[in-house]
Amino acid sequence: MIECRQLCRSFALGGQTVHALDHVDLSIAAGDYVSVMGPSGSGKSTLLNMLGLLDRPDAGEYRLLDRETTGLDEEQRAALRREHIGFVFQSYHLVPRLTARENIELPMMLAGVAPAERRALAEQAMQRLSIGDRADHRPNELSGGQRQRVAIARAIVLRPALLLADEPTGNLDSRSGTEVVELLEALNGEGITLLVVTHDGALGARARRRIHMRDGRIAEDQRDAPG
Amino acid sequence: MRPADQLRFCLTALLRQRFRSAMILLAMAIGVAAVLLLTALGAGARGYVVQEFASLGKDVLVMFPGRKETTGGMPPVMGTAARDITLEDAHLLTRRVAAVEFVAPLVIGSAEVSAGALSREVVILGTNDRFVSMRQLSFAQGGNLPGGDIREGGRACLIGETLRDALFGNGPALGQWLRIGGYRFQVVGILEGRGDAMGMNLSDAAIVPVASAQRLFNSYGLFRLLVKLRPGYDLDASRQRILATMTELHQGVEDVTLVSPDAMLETFDRVLLIMTLGVAAIGGISLLVAGVLIMNVMMISVSQRTREVGLLKALGADSGAVLGLFLLEAMLVTLAGALMGLALGYAGTAAALHWMPTIPFAVPVWASGAALTVALLTGGLFSLLPARRASRLQPVLALQGR
Repeated sequence: MIECRQLCRSFALGGQTVHALDHVDLSIAAGDYVSVMGPSGSGKSTLLNMLGLLDRPDAGEYRLLDRETTGLDEEQRAALRREHIGFVFQSYHLVPRLTARENIELPMMLAGVAPAERRALAEQAMQRLSIGDRADHRPNELSGGQRQRVAIARAIVLRPALLLADEPTGNLDSRSGTEVVELLEALNGEGITLLVVTHDGALGARARRRIHMRDGRIAEDQRDAPG
Repeated sequence: MRPADQLRFCLTALLRQRFRSAMILLAMAIGVAAVLLLTALGAGARGYVVQEFASLGKDVLVMFPGRKETTGGMPPVMGTAARDITLEDAHLLTRRVAAVEFVAPLVIGSAEVSAGALSREVVILGTNDRFVSMRQLSFAQGGNLPGGDIREGGRACLIGETLRDALFGNGPALGQWLRIGGYRFQVVGILEGRGDAMGMNLSDAAIVPVASAQRLFNSYGLFRLLVKLRPGYDLDASRQRILATMTELHQGVEDVTLVSPDAMLETFDRVLLIMTLGVAAIGGISLLVAGVLIMNVMMISVSQRTREVGLLKALGADSGAVLGLFLLEAMLVTLAGALMGLALGYAGTAAALHWMPTIPFAVPVWASGAALTVALLTGGLFSLLPARRASRLQPVLALQGR
């Protein structure tokens, strides 16, 4: 599903060039559960942005679902994000003026899904994440765990093939953090490819495949035996 | 995105940022209202002048002393260069020129009017009965000045309602005697209503026979002489004939100007149209200012909503969609502001009309259309820059709020 070859990305930081991704080769199979760990500045977030088509590599190739993406223009990349990728962020990124339901409907609105269908899909997602009773609340009326559930519902409502989570439990207490992780894992169990970026070792250890990054390179790549 | 969704998304954004939206709304509304009110003022002034001249009638010529054309030499700054038009001239005109049906002389001044212990300084109009009927003035009580030879004065006078109230209160006024300057006059008629004529409020004025007014002011020149032509006489030929007669009366010097209301109207009309366009342009500047304000407020809005833009992009909105959303938002608030301005402008015009019913204030249709168009254009144009800025944000940086 994901095929990266010699992926490079560097930033100029205070007059110094930082290689956030330094010739990274990586392939991820559909349905896999991958965690990316490493200290800050190791390039794990850059990798996630790259895989999520939010950023462009300076050099190298990235094939997503057998499509070469580096040559695509902004519109085509946006369309790929819309159709195949779901994001879960550490700080939820909910639109504060919209209710939970409206936040969940946002990607469908952008994709031009008809209102009736939108409503039904949002309802399903909310049931799935047990936040049906919070549908008409604004984000500031929700707890952190509830907010992250809304964000996850938004990410999966269009049934993406790839779910990218950037420190999904970073702002949560351990109980709601565990709930959120279990939710993500359940979704993975339903076939969604899950990639979690974290520097929480315990969280990272739950993944079937564990990638450690250091200085923009993959330092370690462990995986459990299948089955 | 579906248009209905775009609309709803923008509306919630606007309602959520109430203060900011209200500011843009207000700026636009004031700009549009300014254009409407200023043009209504100009159009009102124009309408008033047209009305004034139209009420004189098409077969009336207006004569005043002095020549309009430059003749060389000193301009008549002190008013001594031209010879007065006298009552004798006016009288002879009616006898010598067949085209002249009658004349209405006009002398204007101000004097103290007193009755009993009460007195008041008012405008005194010296004229004859013809003037009153020509202007279609109506009477609350009594009737017109007596007719007859204009060279003979008289003791009859007409007063307006305001003056009547000031001098006589609720008591009877008709038939009463009053003093104007050093002379005694008897009230034979009370003019009804505001009776506005030639820019004067006749409600607070007295009308006396022209010869008496001349004695009162100790001046023998006429301010104006209105000349009514008989039906069937050609206007231009009659004008030449009257001018020739006046020249003859003034020992071969052509020292009066005689114009038809149409000619005067044309000049006034041109001047007032230019003035109207001028004030409309001034109103337009306020629209421009509103446009700049929209740009600033939108810029702030974009930088405050950077993370939202980043999110929209992560969720699959492309640059075009983001650009469209921000533009739509600006256009919505601009349109609302412009409509508010239209309402404000029309309300203001109605209020002005209420206070000054004699001046026909009216918003010209072209002004409403132009104001609306210019408002939408400035709104769109000035929000283009902030909207483009939003649409070009890099998703990664925008998500981090940078």
